[in-house]
Amino acid sequence: MSRTARRRYASGTTLALMYLLTIVALVPLALVLWFTASKGWSSVVHPQFFMNVERPVGVPGAGVNHAIVGTGILVGLASLMSIPIGVLTGIYTAEYSFTRWATWVRLASDVLVGTPSIAIGLFAYAFLVAPLHHFSGIAGSVALAVLMLPIVIRTTEGAVGLIPGGLRESGLALGLPRWRVSMQLILPAAAPGVITGALLAVARASGETAPLLFTAFGNQHFSLDPTQAIQALPITVFHYALTPYKELQDQAWGAALVLVVLVLVINLASRWVLRRQIRLAGQL
Amino acid sequence: MAATVNELPATIDRPASVPDRFRTVTSIVSATAPIVLITIVVILLLQALPAMQKYGLGFVIGTDWNPVTDSFGALPAIFGTVTTSFMALVLALPVGVAVAIVLAEHGQQALRSLVGTGIELLAAIPSVVYGIWALYVLAPWSYANLEVPISDHAGFIGFLGDPAVRGLFNAALVLAIMVLPTLTAISRDVIRAVPRGLRENSVALGATWWETTRRVILPAARAGIFGATILALGRALGETIAVTMVIGNRYEIPHSIFSPAYTLASVIANEFTEATGTLYPAALVELGIVLITVTLVVNLVALLIVRSTQARLAA
Repeated sequence: MSRTARRRYASGTTLALMYLLTIVALVPLALVLWFTASKGWSSVVHPQFFMNVERPVGVPGAGVNHAIVGTGILVGLASLMSIPIGVLTGIYTAEYSFTRWATWVRLASDVLVGTPSIAIGLFAYAFLVAPLHHFSGIAGSVALAVLMLPIVIRTTEGAVGLIPGGLRESGLALGLPRWRVSMQLILPAAAPGVITGALLAVARASGETAPLLFTAFGNQHFSLDPTQAIQALPITVFHYALTPYKELQDQAWGAALVLVVLVLVINLASRWVLRRQIRLAGQL
Repeated sequence: MAATVNELPATIDRPASVPDRFRTVTSIVSATAPIVLITIVVILLLQALPAMQKYGLGFVIGTDWNPVTDSFGALPAIFGTVTTSFMALVLALPVGVAVAIVLAEHGQQALRSLVGTGIELLAAIPSVVYGIWALYVLAPWSYANLEVPISDHAGFIGFLGDPAVRGLFNAALVLAIMVLPTLTAISRDVIRAVPRGLRENSVALGATWWETTRRVILPAARAGIFGATILALGRALGETIAVTMVIGNRYEIPHSIFSPAYTLASVIANEFTEATGTLYPAALVELGIVLITVTLVVNLVALLIVRSTQARLAA
């Protein structure tokens, strides 16, 4: 074999190997989705899985209604806290990116993104559970809000940064005050990107277990009261999966399936919104 | 004429004299992130104070964990966290970089963005779902098809013996899958940022695709890929639930990479709600502080590396 042929051969082989590794990387995704769907299916097909709450092992008709509602309350409250603050902060760091304070805020949110979620749970426990002497949905949603905040900040900043300076300048040139330029001109133009960020943060928060273990704690009963302990889907999966009962393990797979579908739907929706944003920003 | 021009500015309101209230309001709101961060650190330090006072630096090197005798040392948990994370990176790095190279190539963009979406969806799956999958599918499979054969053939090497369904290796395996998206996404961006001219020059000189990739692209992107690796390390260090479900939860420094162990995050997850008294919870919070400190340093180093590489490549 000539030298050139050998080099070509080596190059072709490595290229093939890398494509192979790419397929290998996608295998876990397929496996996780397949096993969650196939093992969770038997629980999910019963409508009472969505309508009933926890029942003792052996009693048929158990469901995760309380966990679904609990996750909704926890993530809803966390969104109410983190999204407005996160969006305003993101607008600030993008619109006044030249200030020293913006640099500090950006650094703080970068550090927050990297903070282990279990540590955020410890913080919420020390802050809201220990002083009040009982677990609560509010403590859980504060923990989730801390987790969501930096995600919202960074995606808002990115989306606002995509808007061409010309739009801002034309607004200012027409005599609009700064707040109207930012809130009524820039923010609507950046809205799809901001929504993407909010959706990603919601998806992330819906799947988190660690910060809820000693804040929301879990609850066997249906509860709408955020000042008391409250159940959440990830807690259900975690606790049921580790029990020795086949029945509860099946319910854990069912809850995992609900969780995966929820998170993937939110995620794919956010991708769709983001594509519109990029198209829109290109037209401005 | 000249006089009128000179008079003009006096009749126009100077924009600078209008206070920018919007800036004031948003800058106050944006104080939330720094304040939350500082509060987290202060509150955790206060909570851990009793344990810090009692054990001092001995906490970090102690190997005992016994709530009954109030004897707490963090070393086995630190060992577990560090080993699982490093093993995960060793497993994930070759795959992650290969995928990044493939995704950064030009042409067939539709297919590449589809694969890219697939990899990013890996990051979207909740950690507890990885946990239940690892517990019932991955760990039993890896025990039968990886651990037992390896220890049969190489078990005479001390750290490759004693296969177990739940242990360090299987925790590292699931961690490797979980950090892959981080590793791939950032490496891909860095490789894409390598100026196209470099690649074209190399190809024009007659280099093959692989020679170009290995001798031109990868050296240019090396620091960035290193940064991505460190960022993935930060993820792996802090990961809690999936690891807790498959690591076996045994508080000791294991003699084999397959043996059950514990990590900082999983000790906290398992024991915190049961911790009574003052020293026991304080010791658990101190584990959390050790964890935060390690991940903080790792993340800041990674951020610096990634940013300086991107700035260098852009210049």
